[in-house]
Amino acid sequence: MLYREAGQFKASYEADQQIFPILQDRVGVLLLIGFFALVVPLFADQYWLKAILIPVLIFSLAAIGLNILTGYAGQLSLGSAAFMAVGAFGAYNFMLRIDGMPFLVAILLGGLCAAAVGVVFGLPSLRIKGFYLAVATLAAQFFIVWALVKIEWFSNYSSSGVITAQEIEILGFAFDGPVSKYLLTLFVVVVMALLAKNMVRSTTGRMWMAVRDMDVAAEVIGIRLMRTKLTAFAVSSFYCGVAGALYAYTYIGTVEPEGFNLDLSFKILFMIIIGGVGSIMGSFLGAAFIVLLPIALDVFVPMFLGDLVSSSFVSNLQLIVFGGLIVFFLIVEPHGLARLWQIGKEKLRLWPFPH
Amino acid sequence: MQFFFEVLIGGLLSGVLYALVALGFVLIFKASGVFNFAQGAMVFFAALTFVGFLEVLPGWTGLEAGGRAVFWLAFVLSLGAMVLLAIATERIVLRPLVNQPPITLFMATIGLTFLVEGIAQGIWGANVRGLNLGIKDEPIEYMMENFNILISSFDVFAAAVAAILVAALALFFQYTRIGRALRAVADDHQAALSIGIPLRHIWVIVWAVAGFVALVAGMIWGARNGVQFALTFTALKALPVLILGGFTSVPGAIVGGLIIGASEKLAEVYVGPFVGGGIESWFPYILALAFLLVRPEGLFGEKHIDRV
Amino acid sequence: MKLKKTVILGAAIAGLLGSSMAIAAEQFIGLPSYRVGPYAAGGSGIYGGWIDYMQMVNERDGGINGVKLTWEECETEYNNARGVECYERLKNKGETGNSVFQPLSTGITYSVLDKVAKDKIPLVTMGYGRTDAADGRVFPYVFPLITTYWSQATTMVKYIAGKEGGTDKLKGKKIALLYHDSAYGKESHAVLEKMAERYGYELTKLAVAHPGNEQQSQWLQIRQLRPDWVILWGWGVMNPTALKSAAKTGFSREKMVGVWWSGAEEDTVPAGSAAKGFTAAGYNVAGADYPVIKDIETNVYAKGKGNMEDKSRVGSVYYNRGVVHGLITVEAIRKAQEKFGKGKALTGEQVRWGFENLDMDEKRLAELGATGFLPPLKTSCLDHEGSGKVKYQQWDGSKWNVVTDWIDADRELVRGMIEESAAAYAKEKGITPRDCSKEM
Repeated sequence: MLYREAGQFKASYEADQQIFPILQDRVGVLLLIGFFALVVPLFADQYWLKAILIPVLIFSLAAIGLNILTGYAGQLSLGSAAFMAVGAFGAYNFMLRIDGMPFLVAILLGGLCAAAVGVVFGLPSLRIKGFYLAVATLAAQFFIVWALVKIEWFSNYSSSGVITAQEIEILGFAFDGPVSKYLLTLFVVVVMALLAKNMVRSTTGRMWMAVRDMDVAAEVIGIRLMRTKLTAFAVSSFYCGVAGALYAYTYIGTVEPEGFNLDLSFKILFMIIIGGVGSIMGSFLGAAFIVLLPIALDVFVPMFLGDLVSSSFVSNLQLIVFGGLIVFFLIVEPHGLARLWQIGKEKLRLWPFPH
Repeated sequence: MQFFFEVLIGGLLSGVLYALVALGFVLIFKASGVFNFAQGAMVFFAALTFVGFLEVLPGWTGLEAGGRAVFWLAFVLSLGAMVLLAIATERIVLRPLVNQPPITLFMATIGLTFLVEGIAQGIWGANVRGLNLGIKDEPIEYMMENFNILISSFDVFAAAVAAILVAALALFFQYTRIGRALRAVADDHQAALSIGIPLRHIWVIVWAVAGFVALVAGMIWGARNGVQFALTFTALKALPVLILGGFTSVPGAIVGGLIIGASEKLAEVYVGPFVGGGIESWFPYILALAFLLVRPEGLFGEKHIDRV
Repeated sequence: MKLKKTVILGAAIAGLLGSSMAIAAEQFIGLPSYRVGPYAAGGSGIYGGWIDYMQMVNERDGGINGVKLTWEECETEYNNARGVECYERLKNKGETGNSVFQPLSTGITYSVLDKVAKDKIPLVTMGYGRTDAADGRVFPYVFPLITTYWSQATTMVKYIAGKEGGTDKLKGKKIALLYHDSAYGKESHAVLEKMAERYGYELTKLAVAHPGNEQQSQWLQIRQLRPDWVILWGWGVMNPTALKSAAKTGFSREKMVGVWWSGAEEDTVPAGSAAKGFTAAGYNVAGADYPVIKDIETNVYAKGKGNMEDKSRVGSVYYNRGVVHGLITVEAIRKAQEKFGKGKALTGEQVRWGFENLDMDEKRLAELGATGFLPPLKTSCLDHEGSGKVKYQQWDGSKWNVVTDWIDADRELVRGMIEESAAAYAKEKGITPRDCSKEM
């Protein structure tokens, strides 16, 4: 009853083509955005903003990027972190080398750099499939990080190979506090998430899904495989690149190429699997889960066991519980947290009646 | 020219060691279609368990430390641990996830990686340990004197172990009852089930055999570089071998290993200096990638035919 | 969470006994430790030694002038994002907030570098981190204490010169630098090249890809090159692999010099007999025969309160490095108490003053029971490094033996580079360097 779609008639094409065709979804999304944009900054303290909310948002964006590639276009990639690195180093160099570069333009350009690199490393996907492709994307992961360390121009010849993000200023307003950085991140992420949501139901998105479900069949009905796969790589890397730029500018501040290592790529993959493959909403849920779980374990495991066992064992126990929970989640809900939300929606549709 | 051969032979021998790790991947992928990312962690777990037993057994049993009895007892116990791990994996991870898409199983093995790493270090501690198999890691004098080519006796030993292992596995697959069942499962799960091959037992057996391979690989890599967490990174060396040789081919792992080992060393020595070195991290992957463009299913992989 | 019950209990008893104060003051120290993964061996040793030292100060002296030390660990897994989370989580814990942040990871150091000045929490990085932060005018809150990678590189050349019989003998010598191919491994390049120009040795740089468990090609190149010395700038598994491969190619380990991250038991034990003769730098030495370690044994381990699971690691290089962290941290707090009030819990800003005015001369080190354990240290507003001295230790097959006295860095050369680099950073970030003549 709460989730009643009956009676919502679509009288025009515009109404039928909205991103969220159901009233409750529209209200829900607006409420959520309103909550995170207006209420959270008032109440969240620095710790929550800096250490939890900003990274969750940034990783969500990267997860959306990977989800576009893996969830919608069906191409498994293990190189997301490297594309983030390209975005971060790209944005840094645009800010550094062009005077008066507007910040938002710089991160978009950083994203475009990542997209270009993504297309290059996406080329093998035309021939290679499945896990062969996944392992092949590791080439991108290792090569890009190596190149960023080796070619000193990228880090402006800094002796330690790290880059320090410049101050963010948009239209004369300096984004230097946690609240302003959080809002900026939120703005970028929300806009890009809505764009992604829109894109996956457009012609492009439907072509991706056709290729994902069976590329030979898609080709037969006239979808150009090369263009479709490469746009997926480009868009996905663009999202990862922007996420990387935000990672450098609104989150960490000073980044090293090695920070974008294979572990991070795996983490992003975890986010979409736990969150839900092929779901924008799932990317957010997955990112929140993967960021929060280890922190929660680190806080709670020692609280209960701290005095009983040695601190090394406590740390290892966290790792065991983390791995165990991942396996557990995959078993109980292989379609991810987004699926749980869907089930909830179904229930709400009928509630309070059983059928 | 002498230097070229030295690098080439060294590379081939290193390649065999990569193949040893890749072999575990192949076995599991062949029989259960699971891309087992936890293979690296299993290598670490096996080696750590082995040296752990080597340390504690003399105290428990009164056997002479460093003696032959302790060595074999530790080996058997570690093998037992790997079998237990295989049974637990089948029970806890594989059975509930039957018929899930491959990517879900792949992620589950990454979860398993954390579990195994945590358990290994939780039980045996984070200490770095040495392992002495009693084989000298020194140049073979004969080759040194006559050709001035440096070949380590340990590497030759490791290559021999790998060769024996591959031959044994090939015979096992070819001639034993279980081996035939394994091949049947690899060919077609459904058909194998319908003629009464117990799939679950087969999986346990395959994971146990992969555990045995991990133990051997772990002992050899552990003797080379020490038994420590970095053993899990051997998996990264094995992956390009795997895609080059094909996920489903045991000989492919060996041939792929030889190609990757030799070419990465030659590239590092002859190309590396021009681009600043350290290219071994990505060169095998690019090489494998380039190769896949020509043959997308790897050297010995099964050709996949799409039907609409 | 790791707030040991004993500490609380002790504090409670002290509170009951103390007539003037209701609750005894407590100084909180946040420990961003890592005890899992590839870095666990180092992390558990260093944080273990550090915690044991603080425990010992609590047990033996009842804290610093009656101020009990409390601490809490936060697992970073050596991951930058987790490190930032730990930093933020620990920041406001305890009575006066976190007094000092020492992440033992260069990546995490960079990640919190901008934050510490705003939050007024000193960031101490011993033997890692950002080298040019030694210029305290630009980096008031960052302390790369004792020595930096650049200083270390100069001592290596000095050590080699000493073995060759003088710096003039370096001319024409071939030195190969075998380095971990990462930002860390590249730290040494500029300094070693500069010194090569000055002394006329020939430097060949050989990169080893992470993680470094395969070095066949590098060592065959070394065999081809026949260098007089090999400098090993390694990390983790790369070190034993290098030693093994050196033995395999017949390169003398006596002619190999390692950095301090190559010079622990964890690096040599896995290499077995191949490690014998290998020499490495250290800003602390190995051994359990120092009074400070004996104090830990009698006051902590004898009471069953030790942090190490494996007690045999007490006195190892990493453990002792942790004790050095404890020694210096406690000394800085003590120093700050002298200025800001004894027996009071101090803020991060006050502790920072303590770090900037450390003066641990031979006499003070003797009082602390650490003569020869770490080099004498004196910091100032200008100089946040404070010493630059290292000792060289040689592995005899079963333990590390000190083979040199403290070797001074070529601080004149390093200092110039540090100031240049720090000035460039200040310009880029728009920082106005402090005027040190106005600091007291």
